[in-house]
Amino acid sequence: MAQLTYREAVAAAIAQEMERDETVAFIGEDVAKAGGVFKATVGLFDKFGPKRVIDTPISEQAILGAAMGAAMTGMRPIAEIMFSDFLAVCWDFVANEMSKSRYMSDGQLKCPLVVRTGNGGGSRFGAQHSQSIENWAMAIPGIKVVAPSTPADVKGLLAASIRDNDPVIFFEHKSLYAIKGEVPDGEHVDTLGTAKVVREGKDATIIALALMVPRAVAAADKLMQEHGIDVEVVDLRTLVPLDMKTISKSVSKTGRLFTVEENPRLCGWGAEIVSIVVDELFWDLDGPAVRITTPHIPLPAADNLEDIAIPSVDRIYNKILDVLK
Amino acid sequence: MAKKQTLKNDDINEKKRLELYNTQYLIRFAEQRAYDLFLENLVKGTSHLSLGQEAIASGFANAMQKNDKSFCTYRGHAHTLARGASVVGVLGELMQRDCGLMRGKGGSMHLTDTSKGVMGSYAIIGAHLPMAVGSAWRAQYLGHDDVATVFFGDGTTNIGAFHEALNYAVVYKLPVVFVCENNNYMEYTPIESITAVKNPAADRASAYGLESIIIDGNNADEVYRTAQKAYAKARAGEGPSLIECKTYRLSGHSRADPGSYRPKGELEHWKKNNDPITRYRERLIEFGIKQNVIDDIENNVKELVDQATEEAKNSPVPPEDILTTNVYANGGWAWRN
Repeated sequence: MAQLTYREAVAAAIAQEMERDETVAFIGEDVAKAGGVFKATVGLFDKFGPKRVIDTPISEQAILGAAMGAAMTGMRPIAEIMFSDFLAVCWDFVANEMSKSRYMSDGQLKCPLVVRTGNGGGSRFGAQHSQSIENWAMAIPGIKVVAPSTPADVKGLLAASIRDNDPVIFFEHKSLYAIKGEVPDGEHVDTLGTAKVVREGKDATIIALALMVPRAVAAADKLMQEHGIDVEVVDLRTLVPLDMKTISKSVSKTGRLFTVEENPRLCGWGAEIVSIVVDELFWDLDGPAVRITTPHIPLPAADNLEDIAIPSVDRIYNKILDVLK
Repeated sequence: MAKKQTLKNDDINEKKRLELYNTQYLIRFAEQRAYDLFLENLVKGTSHLSLGQEAIASGFANAMQKNDKSFCTYRGHAHTLARGASVVGVLGELMQRDCGLMRGKGGSMHLTDTSKGVMGSYAIIGAHLPMAVGSAWRAQYLGHDDVATVFFGDGTTNIGAFHEALNYAVVYKLPVVFVCENNNYMEYTPIESITAVKNPAADRASAYGLESIIIDGNNADEVYRTAQKAYAKARAGEGPSLIECKTYRLSGHSRADPGSYRPKGELEHWKKNNDPITRYRERLIEFGIKQNVIDDIENNVKELVDQATEEAKNSPVPPEDILTTNVYANGGWAWRN
């Protein structure tokens, strides 16, 4: 096992798939010679050259449209949208085009592509460079939605996304790029639609995603150390397909459900999970299902304000303690 | 009046001229049929006809190779038919029957027949221009010799995706041909009244280092020759072309539009003096083609469209079990386990 950072795992996954499949190519703004503004694609241009690793103009519609046209006709492109907030300027391609062309053509059109994007807060960038928008993507039928929390999952799930025959929106968390973790040696391909129990427990279940996973684990450790409360943490990893089996199994075991979401409150992905659990596992619950989210506000730039907006270890810890007491 | 001299065949031979006419007449007759079926309440939803714009679809399609790709707008019946898609598949889709090209799941605005290179019709203005660019990128990347053609209206030239796509295509020298069908109206509004330049596509060409090309879109020969040149350029690796075709829509914007915004007499003028079908029929005669040959083409088209109409009318509606098919590549729609 090699130690890789989250950002190195991005480049490792793309390199692994480019070596395997000639039809994989990568486009985006500043992704080639500069290696990406988050340095997540360093080395790819040197290794694969300008034909396969391409710097584009600031033209998000052209980037996603070009990826789609290429995917429809035989390639497996990867397109980077630098900050997930920018997806709003090319959302037509996500919401109306790549997600619907297969259905509208009754299966004649295919669209095997990956849109990689830097998602989430914690960088003090303010309201237009910090959002967690994976819940927007989750609301659209026809696409898959992935948001890993560890370097190993980045590599395995990005490789799986590139090999997948559907369009995948791959949300990389900006505040996780620097973390290090073990990544399996050799070819590593994971499975979309599988959640993972990252901390076993018996008293309550936390469902978390991306940056909220390490925070949920830290809160669970503190609850155990200080109060002997044994919390299970499930890393969702992909929102679509949604691994309800793993969620249901955990909630049935613990009888308590908490979701920890970085999205603003309304229509965050946790609302859907709570709704399914209430619908299907109501009699397994020993108390209310509780959502811990960012308030329904744009994100501020100031560090002290951003820190109290996004669920922190302490907020998760305090809320669970309050509810379970 | 002196009898006109019979013209000699030029670079477009007789066989090709008859094909150009056949395609135009097929579009004319099928679009009129679509309108009749709408009046019978058999065409549901909306539809956008290409009556009066047939020469553009015919000229380009007849200059294409089999493996070339077409990307169309919601006004896409003409371009789909021009590539050889089945008439019953097109009319069936307009009537939302099981025999439709997409079994009623797309409808009039999304005609697709990938087996004929029709890579879809898109109803969000501008979206398909970058897609055509992507298809061209694939051709260049994999060393294929096909060219992507993207058809769009004059109104599209004022949306961002048009400009993004042109810049992108020029930067990477991609084999894509941008075809603006300027029919004078952005839906109900005269295009000149809402555009900074007189020629909405051609006057923007210089901003992207492209030649400004304006042609008579109601002259199938001129369209065909222009298309041939653009395809030769694209296949030679010399990059994209932007072509503005002047034309006129002889029907409303969509089926809901009676066209009351047109100045009095304008429609009649175009119908009388600049109908591409009438003009081309006269041209065939100038080239010495016998009336009975023209009659045969028209009768065959009528028979084909009549048969297709009957077949589509007799086709069942789509079965309910396809409601949830082909959302994802595995054929289904499951978003959870």
